[in-house]
Formats: sequence, C-alpha cells, structure tokens
Amino acid sequence: MSVLVFIEHREGKFHKGAFELVSYASRIANDMGTSLVALSLGDVPSDELSKAGAYGAGKVLNVNDSRLSQLDNAAWTKVIEQAVQQESATVIVMASGFTGKAIAPRLSARLRAGMVAYATAVPSSYNPFTVRKKTFSGKAFSDVVINTPVRIITLAPNAFGVHEAPVTAEVKQFTPSVTDADFTTKVESSEKFSGKVLLTEADIVVSAGRGMKGPENWGPIEELASVLGAATACSRPVADEGWRPHTEHVGQTGKVIAPNVYFAFGISGAIQHVAGISSSKVIIAVNKDPEAPIFSVADYGIVGDVQKVLPQLIQSIKEVKAQ
Amino acid sequence: MNILVCLSNVPDTTTRIKLAADNSKVDLSGIQWVINPWDELALTRALEIKETTGTLVGKVSVAMVGKTEVEPTLRKALAIGADDAFRVDLDPADAFQVAAELAGLIKANPYEIILCGIESSDYNGSMVGGMLSELLGYTSISSVSSLSLQDGKVALTREIDGGKETISVSAPLVAIVQKGIAIDPRIPSMRGIMASRTKPLSVLASCGSPSLTSFGNFSLPVPKSACRMVDAENVPELVRLLHSEAKVI
Repeated sequence: MSVLVFIEHREGKFHKGAFELVSYASRIANDMGTSLVALSLGDVPSDELSKAGAYGAGKVLNVNDSRLSQLDNAAWTKVIEQAVQQESATVIVMASGFTGKAIAPRLSARLRAGMVAYATAVPSSYNPFTVRKKTFSGKAFSDVVINTPVRIITLAPNAFGVHEAPVTAEVKQFTPSVTDADFTTKVESSEKFSGKVLLTEADIVVSAGRGMKGPENWGPIEELASVLGAATACSRPVADEGWRPHTEHVGQTGKVIAPNVYFAFGISGAIQHVAGISSSKVIIAVNKDPEAPIFSVADYGIVGDVQKVLPQLIQSIKEVKAQ
Repeated sequence: MNILVCLSNVPDTTTRIKLAADNSKVDLSGIQWVINPWDELALTRALEIKETTGTLVGKVSVAMVGKTEVEPTLRKALAIGADDAFRVDLDPADAFQVAAELAGLIKANPYEIILCGIESSDYNGSMVGGMLSELLGYTSISSVSSLSLQDGKVALTREIDGGKETISVSAPLVAIVQKGIAIDPRIPSMRGIMASRTKPLSVLASCGSPSLTSFGNFSLPVPKSACRMVDAENVPELVRLLHSEAKVI
C-alpha cells in the first residue's frame, strides 16, 4: 500500500504547487500509516527530483521518455496507471490544474477509482473516505465520500500550503510499457507565456475590472503586479470586451483562485466574480461606488478613483519595500 | 460526421446557494435552471462548425442524463439550434455515472466529435469529459479554447500551465472545452423556439451504471468580518495596515 503523488515540473524545475501537493499527500500517507511515492514525467535532474524528499516523499519515480514531453491524455494515464500498480497505491493525489483536469478523470474511469476534484483539505475521515471540496464555484463546500478501494484526489491550488517533512528520497527511474500507438495527440506548436507568475499559483494577485475604463489604463496594474511579484487578473466583462486575455479571467466561469492577497481595482464584485476569489486570505478593494458588493467580501477597502489611488499605492509600497 | 454536445443542467450563475435544514443537500427551491455555461459555448461552437463547413457535419445532437425536469433545458438547446436531443432517464449520483451512461448512449449511437464543457458550475468536478473518453477509448483533449475541422483532422488550441498549444488529432475524439471556444453563447430565436417543439427528443433507459462516490454534508463559507475602510486621501495608511497588521506586504 502507498500514496502516489503526481508532480509536474516546468523546464526541469519543481515549483511551489508541486511541493504543496507533496506536503498534502505526505499528510495523507502519514494519517494512513503508509509511504509516499512521487511520480514525475520528463527530463528532471536527479537533485531536483530528490527535493520532493523535503516534503515527505520517500521515493521519487522519474520517467524520462521523450514521447512523454508533451501532454497526451491517454498515454499519460496509462503511465500513471502502471506506477499505481507497481506501488500498490490506494490514494492518488494530483493538482487540479490543466494536467490534473486532463488526466485524473481518465485515470478514475480506467481504475474505477472514485475521484474528488478541487479538494480543500485532507480527508476528514478515512473510513468512510471523506474529502471536502468546493462546489457551486466556491459558494458552498461538500463532503464527498469515495466508495472505492482506490481513490483519486485533485487539490485546489493554495488550499494546503507547503509544509516541510524531511525524509531522504530514493530517486528511481521508472520505465512504463507504452507503445507509439498509445500516442494520439500531435502538438503542432506551442507558445509559452514566459517570465510571468502563474495566476493559479500566485501568492499575490492584482486584478482589475471595468472601472479601469479601457485597456490603455492597465499600465499601473502591471506595474503594481511587478512591484509585488504578483500575477495579473481581471473580471469577466474585461475579458469579454477583449481588454485582457481570457486566461486572466477569474470568477465562476473563469479561474477559481485562492491567493494570500487579492487586489480588486474597479471590480464591483458580482456574485459570479466573488465565487472565484472568496478563498483569498486577504482581499483589498478599491472602487468609486461605496455600495459595491466587493466591499462585503473585502478585508480592506478604499472608496475612490482607481486612477488616483493606484499611483499613490505603488509609490507607498515601493517605499515600504525599500525599508 | 456528427457532433454530440453533452449538457448539464445547472442553477443560473446568479443563484445564491441555500442549504436544506439538515445540510444534506442544496435547497433547490426557486432556482432557475440553465444550460451549464461551458456546455452552452460548446453547443454554439458546434453549430458554427456545422454552418461553415457545408455538408461535412450531418447533425449536431445534445445529450443529458436526468429526469423529466431537465427537459426544458434540452428544449432550450434545440431552440438554440441542435438537431435532436437525448435524455438518459436517471437522476445521476456522481460524474462517473453520468460518463458511463453517456458512454452507453454513444456506443449505441456513434459520434465522431463529442464536446463537453470543462466543468459544470454546480459540482465543479471537471470529470465527465475525461471519464467519457476513457470509457470509449477515444482521444481526449482538455482545456480547449479553439476547435475547427481542417483537411479531415481536428485542429485545436489547448491551454496548458503557463502557455498554450496548437494540436491536430484524428476523430473520434472528446474535446473538453473552456472559455474562448465561442465568443458569446447563442440565444434562441423565436423561430428556433417554435422549431424546438417538434424536434426529436429521445428518452433512453439507464444502462445501469454504478456510481463511485456519494455526497455527504454541504456547508457554506464562513461570512467575513466587516471591511476596514481607509480614506482615499490616505493611501499610505492602507499600505501600513497591509504591512504591519495583515503582514502581507
């Protein structure tokens, strides 16, 4: 028996999201009195792989097969299935991001393993196996009971945090049995948004809405994000108007995020928007309308003109950072 | 080729969620039901493809797993422009049961392109499309933000962590679509609404698939304490609070 955690790297390095996942899976393995195995696909140096040990993974499996360098849902599912079988894993943990969404449900159907997506905590009970998740895009939580011997959990981003639990990780190569016929997805070209903080992983998010009046006014938003090392985001009308890309849209039909700090500039706070940000730890709202619903979920607020407040805020934060 | 769009029936996105007295379920009274927003975009894109590719696409069908109360939502999809509809007569317990019932439907009525929204706005599982593809043994592409037919292949764009990819695959496939797949969802025209009344809506018996999970208690997020207001003339005070009180900057 074991817990298997699937971790992703970017250009051969693990980031916070991967370590949060290992921390989460390590707590479950500990609760169940079993061992934790991490699985990583792709070209990752062995000293990087062994970093998973700092968060509780006693074994790290690496598959270095160039055919797996790009996401192929069916082929990746087959690889993970073989690792699950080799390690006799009864719990499989993945991130709830793009890869998790693509792979975890396929794996669930393949293994007939019940799945909970967007889990917000470790299981509240192991018998019956019960995991809390967000439902109605954060407007409610549900306790889901998994009734199968093998269980799959995808963790909502920033829901658990990174916790050190150092063990020595044994790094092992894993060679799954896949044939060329297993690969059906041909990637013609790819585009990376390099140098940017990933919205779903960001500690701080600077977001703006229609109160910005037009895309030409986004300079101070970008500047504040850069001063804070934050990701930028926007409300739905802004993405729909084409002022900002859809990838930045947070809310019920966009991305659901849970950063430490969420700045909302010129966002009224419609219920669909709030659903996507309500798990943020500290929310700061600036809006000219004192009745804007965003103030009912914010921790700190300023009623005022965003164009006037932003430059002062940037200046003041720079001064604090310089101290 | 034919396109099937899998639909989910969800509370309107402006719904305030209330729970039943014993917290065992969501209080569904007074809720307005709509087509899941992503599914509605998928249907819109399917119709755009059918209309712009001549005779290439024979028909666009829609399917849903649910009891008779979901039929108004299926009729709406027919009013938007779907050619016919299937309803699998079962109140599903979880995503796996939905996927398995849809797989049964597709095995009996094959489709080359199957579109699913990336998640439903009620249970937010992002599971049905992926599970369905595995049960059918089809290629699946997730987080799809554009889809078109090109030289007998399906060309797609998918979002990945920190980027996007252009992909080419052969049918049959399950495409799991997100925002961007269509600009705005189509709204039924008066003519569409009239036509929808006579379009075929087939009711199929459940194939008896199992569920793998069950829902226990529900709870609501804890309300926040009052917002601390700072004067617009005193922005540095906000920064001071964030630095020394909230300790986030």
